[in-house]
Amino acid sequence: MTAPEPTPALLVLCDGEVFEGEAMGAPGVEVASGEVVFNTVMSGYQEVISDPSYAGQITTFTYPHIGNYGTNDADSEAARPHCRGVIVRDLARRHSNWRATGSLDDFLRRHGIGGITGIDTRRLTRHIRDAGAMPGAFGTADEATLLAAARAEPGTSGVDLVGEVTTAEPYLSGSGPRRVVAYDLGIKSTILSCLGELATVTVVPAHTPADEVLARRPDGVFLSNGPGDPELAGPAIEALRGLVGTVPVFGICLGHQLLALALGGRTFKMRFGHHGGNVPVRCTASGRIEITSQNHNFAVEAGSVPGVTETHVCLNDSALEGLSVDGADAFGVQYHPEAGPGPHDARHHFAAFAEMMDRRRATA
Amino acid sequence: MPRRDDIESILIIGSGPIVIGQACEFDYSGTQACRVLRAEGYRVILANSNPATIMTDPEVADATYVEPLDAAVLARIIERERPDAVLPTLGGQTGLNLAMELVADGVLEANGVELIGADATAIATAEDRQLFKQAMIEIGLDVPRSGIARDMDTAREAMRRVGLPVIVRPAYILGGRGAGIAATAEEFESVAAFGLEASPISEILIEESIVGWKEFELEVMRDRADNCVVVCSIENLDPMGVHTGDSITVAPTQTLSDPEYQRMRNAAFAVLRRVGVETGGSNVQFAVDPATGRQVVIEMNPRVSRSSALASKATGFPIAKIAARLAVGYTLDEIPNDITEVTPASFEPTLDYVVTKIPRWAFEKFQAASTELGTSMQSVGEVMAIGRTFCESLQKGLRSLEQGRLGLNADPAETAYDRLGDAELMAAAAVPTPERIFQLEALLRRGEPVEAVHAATGVDRWFLDQIARICTERKALEAAEPTAMNRAGWRRAKRLGFSDAQLAYLWDTSPSDVRAARESAGVLPTFKTVDTCAAEFEATTPYHYSTYEDTDEIRPATKPRVLIFGSGPNRIGQGIEFDYCCVHAGQALRAAGYETVMVNCNPETVSTDYDTNDRLYFEPLTPEDVANVIAAEDPVGVIVSLGGQTPLALAGQLPPELVLGTPPASIEAAEDREHWNALCTRLGIPQPPGGAATSHAEALAVADRVGYPVLVRPSYVLGGRAMAIVYDEDQLAAAIDELTDLGSLGREGGPASERPVLVDRFLEDATEVDVDAVRDRTGEVQIGAVMEHVEEAGVHSGDSACTIPPTTLSDEVVAAICEHTRRIAAALDVTGLLNVQFAVRRDPGSPLGMATRWGGSGVDDVFVIEANPRASRTVPFVAKATGVPLAMVAARVMVGSTLAELRDEGMLPAAPAGLPQVSDYVAVKEVVLPFNRFPDADAVLGPEMRSTGEVMALDATPGLAFVKAQLAAGTRLPAEGTVFMSMADRDKEAGLRAARIFHRLGFRLAATAGTAQFLHRGGVPVAVEVAKLGDYEGRHAVDLIEAGEIQLVINSPRGRGPRADGAHIRSAAGRAGLPLVTTGAAALAAAYGLRDLHGLHPTVRSLQEYHRSLRGAA
Repeated sequence: MTAPEPTPALLVLCDGEVFEGEAMGAPGVEVASGEVVFNTVMSGYQEVISDPSYAGQITTFTYPHIGNYGTNDADSEAARPHCRGVIVRDLARRHSNWRATGSLDDFLRRHGIGGITGIDTRRLTRHIRDAGAMPGAFGTADEATLLAAARAEPGTSGVDLVGEVTTAEPYLSGSGPRRVVAYDLGIKSTILSCLGELATVTVVPAHTPADEVLARRPDGVFLSNGPGDPELAGPAIEALRGLVGTVPVFGICLGHQLLALALGGRTFKMRFGHHGGNVPVRCTASGRIEITSQNHNFAVEAGSVPGVTETHVCLNDSALEGLSVDGADAFGVQYHPEAGPGPHDARHHFAAFAEMMDRRRATA
Repeated sequence: MPRRDDIESILIIGSGPIVIGQACEFDYSGTQACRVLRAEGYRVILANSNPATIMTDPEVADATYVEPLDAAVLARIIERERPDAVLPTLGGQTGLNLAMELVADGVLEANGVELIGADATAIATAEDRQLFKQAMIEIGLDVPRSGIARDMDTAREAMRRVGLPVIVRPAYILGGRGAGIAATAEEFESVAAFGLEASPISEILIEESIVGWKEFELEVMRDRADNCVVVCSIENLDPMGVHTGDSITVAPTQTLSDPEYQRMRNAAFAVLRRVGVETGGSNVQFAVDPATGRQVVIEMNPRVSRSSALASKATGFPIAKIAARLAVGYTLDEIPNDITEVTPASFEPTLDYVVTKIPRWAFEKFQAASTELGTSMQSVGEVMAIGRTFCESLQKGLRSLEQGRLGLNADPAETAYDRLGDAELMAAAAVPTPERIFQLEALLRRGEPVEAVHAATGVDRWFLDQIARICTERKALEAAEPTAMNRAGWRRAKRLGFSDAQLAYLWDTSPSDVRAARESAGVLPTFKTVDTCAAEFEATTPYHYSTYEDTDEIRPATKPRVLIFGSGPNRIGQGIEFDYCCVHAGQALRAAGYETVMVNCNPETVSTDYDTNDRLYFEPLTPEDVANVIAAEDPVGVIVSLGGQTPLALAGQLPPELVLGTPPASIEAAEDREHWNALCTRLGIPQPPGGAATSHAEALAVADRVGYPVLVRPSYVLGGRAMAIVYDEDQLAAAIDELTDLGSLGREGGPASERPVLVDRFLEDATEVDVDAVRDRTGEVQIGAVMEHVEEAGVHSGDSACTIPPTTLSDEVVAAICEHTRRIAAALDVTGLLNVQFAVRRDPGSPLGMATRWGGSGVDDVFVIEANPRASRTVPFVAKATGVPLAMVAARVMVGSTLAELRDEGMLPAAPAGLPQVSDYVAVKEVVLPFNRFPDADAVLGPEMRSTGEVMALDATPGLAFVKAQLAAGTRLPAEGTVFMSMADRDKEAGLRAARIFHRLGFRLAATAGTAQFLHRGGVPVAVEVAKLGDYEGRHAVDLIEAGEIQLVINSPRGRGPRADGAHIRSAAGRAGLPLVTTGAAALAAAYGLRDLHGLHPTVRSLQEYHRSLRGAA
């Protein structure tokens, strides 16, 4: 058992905080920069790392042991990860699970994603919690170089990250009896498989105008999750204005934010967002609690959206978690009912979308 | 949904005495429940027979019944108190079973009492193996495959359907006898045939064997709005086949991918819904086939369990507190999370650390017992450790066990594996035993591949690789020069959990040198916080653990801080009683304006509840770890004398000025033989002659001088570890061997000049007496109580029943005992608690017994045996019997208060100064022994303590209190029938007196020849004379017992060896579940009890009422 000597590496935040660790993942990363965020899930690292919503971000895992069960072909949320790097406390040396086809380290190498291990991730998390998510840089370069890179990093505000991750061409997915058009703003494969059970899904690029979508005569339109600032997704917001009230619409995460913006609401950047698999959300109508999977740095300002009913609220901080449009078949949730990773408590939203489509079809 | 207003009063059933499998975790959960329900405005009625619990403190419930946990007694409590509801889910299996009995008896219905938390159907579905399995299949969950057969053809067919390997269980055979595992078709033929033969109805259950599969457990909560959350996920290091209570377990799960985990989570919720647990906490256990990921449901508990306590401590989520509130109608989102205060309880804790639980066993107490672990739990306690990595938490946990281990090997004890060859070691590790974790490390260190070790043991490769990391690091450390260690090197070692003591062993230096070198390299521990949320929200609760990271989270304190060192893992001899004392110290000092800081590593306890003290450090109680806490907290003082031997052993490492109360030098003086002898001589208090020895020769010399029999015991241990009464030179030699390298204690260091073996003349036919007292800095002494033991001297005080007040000692003798105690306290310069043991010599010709005060002994017959200036295990019993919170008094005295001040405050009664109050009732403490878990060990009492727990009973006469105490301890004395007696000569006098009473009460007597003759001569007719084992003629005792013709067995051992004469009889009695009495004194006490039972009625009365009667009398 002769492990190669670890390569020392540093993580430097734009405010000058320095963390010592060791390089992992893609070799030779001298400087990698992005907005540093943390996620509190204890399982599901492969799903998180491969979630396109993390484009532009360096993801910290608060759970210390990462890589324990390896990686496999089924659990990726996209063909390749879009995050800028991964920060962990302890990368597994050896993985163990019957589903595994390789190690996390190899997975990161294969996709050219660098990372840093050995970090006091609790110190980092507390820092982000108190100071907010902020740009940072990690790698084998010296502290000054990394600090400069962190300061030059724009973060996620004002950057069109959706353009980086959306599909270039429409494609088909799923085999359900209905027809759904899904805007790919960075869509997760678990969403596609949930939708695919209900409908045959045409996945379209983020900038697809409403008339092109309607020309496909869908039973419903879906707006996916995705990275970055919702206000920069102008074309999709514009398209939504032509869709809401015409076809059933369902938005998740960024899709939910775009729905709010299309209706005249406001969004804002949270201090460090919600990133985890344990967030309690109350359905205001039924009083029921769902433990939800969440991943967002931006949110819809409660009370800012005209003509909607606020359907879900976060019990931790009262953030708005869901809305439905009064008088129209359109709704959105800020969290991830598809899970992947996280609890399945909220999967019923897909069934609700199907019902909405069926109702519309029956009355049309 | 708000709290229910349709109920006003709630009965909570506790779990009774500490037994294997049911320990102080239910005190923790029950105490939490009582407190929150009272805070909600309900009247809380509590029934629990265990006096050492916090929950039975009179302030915790409105009415506290320290009465036997027996359905008939509970029915009387219900009739008396008329509660609206019973909450049965917080008192372990005992509470649940009793609730079911009350339902079956119709008591609840007749009194209009509702079961809350779980209803009878839900309990039945969860508890009945077949019903549960059927329910699981109904909701589409996978369970181990099985089939039933009544002949070989059907059996073979079932075996083919189930798939080999299979477990074959004969139907209608208790205790799993006749069960077998078959891995091949040939094996199946014989195992199945044997099973069909063994079953009285020729029926076998053929079940898929899942031994070796991965084992998981989810702790789940559900509210009445059907909101469900997982509080904690747990993965066992030991695969299926070892009881989860005997397994090393880790939170959270380590090797499940998210889809697998979510599937398990969904299944757990489905189980709760199907079983019908409407509100509260439950645990659901799963097994997973490591090759295919197939998940099967194993079982569920519809109640708070041992793992709930672990999960609460592991996550900071107070399951019992929340379960109690859910039971009265709240929903999860209406309850705030205590730790963050801003988020609700309807969430799932997320961890940013790893928790490891490691069981602690007591096999050394049961010499004949095999150390192989299986499906019946045998551990007596456990530790929990928190680290940022599994390696760190595992090593912290192993050194928390206090069994001489410094971590995962790299310590002197590791050489035990050196003598085994690789194949032998692998074969040893394939059998689960307490040693296995150390064997795994030794194997991997020898270079055995992870794959091979996995194949032999079934332990998951990830865990094995983590252990291999420790090996790799250890090899690197061995090769390193301590002086050449840089910061990165130190940090790597400490982050993998290596203790300074391990490093000192590897480098052949001292822990203090290691510490100095490490600190000069700038590597210091940091304290992180258990906050339920992985730092996402700010925590307001200071619940900490140490690790080696960049930053520390300790906040400065506003008040002077007192550290309280807890008692570590439960073990025989050091259990819940000491935790009780520590908890009381915290309560008393918090109330007196101090900030109290608890250091402990036992997850079952009340002391490790994060709101018992101002701050909690979940840390091993080792010199290194506690020094770190002291450095972090800068306390004004440390309490070391309330947690048993564990904190006392640390006292020597502390700056003397920090030790509160009796100075460490005085504590040592009491242990130091010569000093103690000189002190007694100076005070003119007689003691049995004796001396200290560090070798065979010295021990023989002492015994020759004082004469046999002698009592041999090591110094510095609790619970009579390796203590023996020896009658000749050979026995003395054997006893000394046990204490040196050959014996179990030898492995922990053996005797030395600083820890000699004590050899004393043993006083036969003496009554043993215990005194607990408190002395303050002015020299005033408060006698807590004088306790008279029921069993004669020679039975360990921890295994003996005792009474408050004494029932046979003259006032003169009691006064002499009190006076001796006062003078010893002064001579030892005690500030705080003192326990003194006396033996009062009896004239063998005089009458003895509990009936009358007996003046046979005079002041000259009082001998002092030993004194210990610290809390004893009787402190809670004394407090419950007298109403005086002795541990609180002691804690206050240790920080400088005087007894006079405490009287003014009302903490002490204004009774005649310093004397115990006079009561119009008798309190009896009885012990509970774990022999049913160790069928190979002989069920006799001796100088080595073996009880796991105790019960208390109060009543108007000693006899009634004794009978109630027996019932509380699980021994139901018969009202009629046949009493079998077989007595050793020294017990015959007492036996005769007992027999007369039995005869008068209408019992038939059966006796062996010698005993029968003696009874005849004493005028007691013996109906059945019983043959000796091995006689060809006549029926012997085992026959009679097995035929159900005996209702009470009285058998005192004749021989001195573990395999002496009566062992078969005692073993048969145990198997038949008959009440068994093994000493003459206890036989007499039982006879008096039965006599009183015929004329009088046992009382059912709350502790508060008893205490009020005391205050009234005073």
